[in-house]
Amino acid sequence: MFNYTLRRLLTVIPTLLVLIVFSFYLMRLAPGGPFTSEKPLPPAVMQNVLERYGMDQPLYVQLWTYIKNIVFHFDFGPSFAQKDRTVNDVIAQGFPVTLTYGFWSAVFVLVLGIPLGIVAALRHNSIWDYTMTGLAIFSQIFPNFVLAPILVLLFTLSWGLLPGGGWNGGQWEYIVMPAIALGTSYMAGVARLTRGSMLEVLNAPFILTARAKGLPERVIIWRHALKPALLPTLTYMGPVFVYMITGSVFIDVFFSTGGIGQDFIDGAYSRDYSMLLGLAILYSLLTFALNLMLDLLYAWIDPKVRSSL
Amino acid sequence: MTDARKRLNSRDFADTVAEEMIVSRSFWADARRRFLGHRLAVFSVFMLLALVLFALFGHAFARWSFEEIDWNVLGRIKTEGAPSLDNGHWFGVDELGRDLYARVVQGTRTSLMVGFVAGPLAVLLGATLGALAGYFGGRLDQIITGFYTIWISIPYIIFFVVWQAFFGRSLTQMIIVIIIVNWTAGLLIVRGQVMMLKHREFVDAARMLGMSDLAIIFKHLAPNILWVIVIYTSIVIPEVIMAESLVSFLGVGIQEPNTSWGALISEGARTMTFGTLWQLAFPAAFFVIAQVSLYYIGDGLRDALDPKDRR
Amino acid sequence: MSLLSVENLQIRFRTGDGLVHAVNDVSFDIAEGQKLALVGESGSGKSQIALAIMGLLAKNAEVAGKVRFDGRDLLSLPASQLNALRAAQIALIFQDPMSSLNPYMTIERQLGEVVELHEGASRAEARKRALEVMEAVRIPDARNRLRAYPHEFSGGMRQRIVIAMALICRPRLILADEPTTALDVTVQAQIMALLDEIQRDLGTAVLLITHDLGVVAGFCDDTMVLYGGRVMEAAPTPAIFDAPGHPYTRGLLRAVPRITDGDVTLSAIPGSPPNQTAAPRACPFAPRCVDAIPACHEMLPDFREGRACIRPVEELT
Ligand SMILES: Nc1ncnc2c1ncn2[C@@H]1O[C@H](COP(=O)(O)OP(=O)(O)OP(=O)(O)O)[C@@H](O)[C@H]1O
Ligand code: SF4
Ligand SMILES: [Mg+2]
Repeated sequence: MFNYTLRRLLTVIPTLLVLIVFSFYLMRLAPGGPFTSEKPLPPAVMQNVLERYGMDQPLYVQLWTYIKNIVFHFDFGPSFAQKDRTVNDVIAQGFPVTLTYGFWSAVFVLVLGIPLGIVAALRHNSIWDYTMTGLAIFSQIFPNFVLAPILVLLFTLSWGLLPGGGWNGGQWEYIVMPAIALGTSYMAGVARLTRGSMLEVLNAPFILTARAKGLPERVIIWRHALKPALLPTLTYMGPVFVYMITGSVFIDVFFSTGGIGQDFIDGAYSRDYSMLLGLAILYSLLTFALNLMLDLLYAWIDPKVRSSL
Repeated sequence: MTDARKRLNSRDFADTVAEEMIVSRSFWADARRRFLGHRLAVFSVFMLLALVLFALFGHAFARWSFEEIDWNVLGRIKTEGAPSLDNGHWFGVDELGRDLYARVVQGTRTSLMVGFVAGPLAVLLGATLGALAGYFGGRLDQIITGFYTIWISIPYIIFFVVWQAFFGRSLTQMIIVIIIVNWTAGLLIVRGQVMMLKHREFVDAARMLGMSDLAIIFKHLAPNILWVIVIYTSIVIPEVIMAESLVSFLGVGIQEPNTSWGALISEGARTMTFGTLWQLAFPAAFFVIAQVSLYYIGDGLRDALDPKDRR
Repeated sequence: MSLLSVENLQIRFRTGDGLVHAVNDVSFDIAEGQKLALVGESGSGKSQIALAIMGLLAKNAEVAGKVRFDGRDLLSLPASQLNALRAAQIALIFQDPMSSLNPYMTIERQLGEVVELHEGASRAEARKRALEVMEAVRIPDARNRLRAYPHEFSGGMRQRIVIAMALICRPRLILADEPTTALDVTVQAQIMALLDEIQRDLGTAVLLITHDLGVVAGFCDDTMVLYGGRVMEAAPTPAIFDAPGHPYTRGLLRAVPRITDGDVTLSAIPGSPPNQTAAPRACPFAPRCVDAIPACHEMLPDFREGRACIRPVEELT
């Protein structure tokens, strides 16, 4: 298990290298840069600016410096567009925000999706089941950028229950809608998947064995059926986390949460190389960490996988 | 929609499929019969067809072009910009006083174009790489699958945003970046299929007859994995449309005055505080109808082509 | 008084193609310590009988008749009382040890939970009992393997564990549903020997379900032959082997592999099991019976004097 974790941690290095090198050259080869503006700077000033950011050096030297600074100083460099701020500053300010509602969104996805799926499975072919499945298919088709405006329309504009944006230090009213808008479609996916796998597990021979032992239904479900029924859901959560990270960019922009998504989009507009690259690395690291966590959780549940690690 | 994708990538799925060889004509005939038996899917095909017709010929019914500003309603959009038969703004106007109907036609065109051009091309690219990896194996296989593993762990939005920002926001660039981002779609399953098929007698026979590797891949293997590609494409198209809409929503998609569903939804969402709800409702409705139709068409195709679900 | 008494048991399944008559009018008794074999081809309804006794039939099943255990009618027992009997008094051993153990729980927990449930044992006690019973079924190095998961055992070992699970509360009746079918021939023999020994030690009554007459011969006191959900013949085991009184039994006996001159010859009965979607009006075996006469196709033979056949024994080939 420890070896496995270590091995996985090591694979993150080539992944990040590919990401960095690829994005670095992609950005630099593209026309334009952070200092191209409508009225061009005088050559001397331009030279000055470029020197200040080390951009007069050959590309590979810049790349090397960049990587060195990250590895040795955990320094993602200064922002090219936001005066007097480093990428580290921006991340330190925005990332906790994104992470906070992202966390609650994941909680929403799992804490609602899984029980809904289980209830539908246990009440198979009942009105509950049909309603749930129908609603789930429906909400799976609504992406966050359609759902978010609808939520604001209802909860802010019509009923005035929740603020339509902002963060305000992370008070719960400001977290609810971002978390729901981000998670609903995946919550529905989780519910459907859990329902399907629970139905399958309940038909498994070992559940009949558990029944033959005289265990009450409650124990059968909690002790015997739950773990195996959750395994497909865990696998499903891998891509879901990637989608949610993507979605968080949108949520940050739409709800003006002050999360890093806005900085990312701003960075793209202003061609803020270091900002884009730093955030891209952050997003990838997050993806990686979440996936590793899922895999370890999977192994923890499934003894077959555990012993093969 | 990822669960469907997951199942397609699973080992036993590939095994079941390899059991039955599918070059036969009756396979496609049976599939068509099964698909036609799926009523929602057939209905969805008609819905989608209607959308395509709308995109192609919708302009003919517009009284305004999609860039033209109607100065009569500008400044009084909330009261006079609503959908109306009198002034010819069937869907109302947008916040700049442009005809929303014409803009929705334009947006539908863009979104469908992106979906139906970029989606299939992306799958084709992934399928080709997967076929090469599966057929030749060894080093090439390692490189391709290694790169695949790295690639799927990078949130795609990064490339979208960066690419669009740097290479411009035209339709062509959008299609290119979508292909780049989605090249992994269908790679694994095609690779698996090819690996399974390449040991069949008919491949050996072809090789004995002196056919080249590429000829074998395209003449003999391709027909046998075509159905996988069809299923995969049906999954990728709505995802691609969704992705385009998302980046357009973020303001890094298609360039004004051109538009897409995502861009229109975005504008509508921004202005709904002013009580101009139609600006959100029409594009959102089109988007949702398209997604639902594509979902059920994909469902029907899976039912029709996927041996495991067959009765 | 008999321990288990089944009277006119009837099991039907509601399906898309109509009612499937899986078990019809089956009656038998098992006394304390008795070993009864239930023999029949695949699909003859053997497993459903065992499941009906345990109250574990599928949701689309309809049951009629009486199943009395120790004087209580199991078919009308409320779920909680039925749960109290399961594993404690009547235990079920399933056919496939590969799938009948929970792959996500340690052996210790799967064995232990039974004693915890029925005897209110503590964790520690349950562990002790699990160890004891694992040693009783001769799992090597049992102490160290308590914490193992099913996939770490071979098929034969898993079936031993399944048997251990059935034994752990010392039930009065064990329903063993093809306990050896999924195993290699040599392992089969070991498992049967183990069952036999345990049955002798504990004096448990056993209902042994199998489609293999060879397994029955050395083990059961009495044998009941089932076809199409109906009892064809019931008699003490020696009588079944020495003087089978029903054409179907005779066919089955011919199907037991025999080793002649080093060759294994196997003669299956030609034809296929009956369609059970309609209640039969004729002898269900008639289409495959070598002794069938026109009358066989017109009336359902009564079960009389241990056999359900309209032709007298003497006339059979
Ligand atoms: N849930 C169900 N719905 C419909 N039919 C069923 C159901 N369960 C069992 N049956 C039918 O009942 C009949 C008897 O099945 P049963 O499992 O008792 O056979 P068996 O004698 O145990 O065979 P085997 O040797 O294969 O285990 C079969 O024809 C089967 O198709
Ligand atoms: S009743 Fe007739 S068909 Fe049935 S077993 Fe006897 S002889 Fe054969
Ligand atoms: Mg059976």
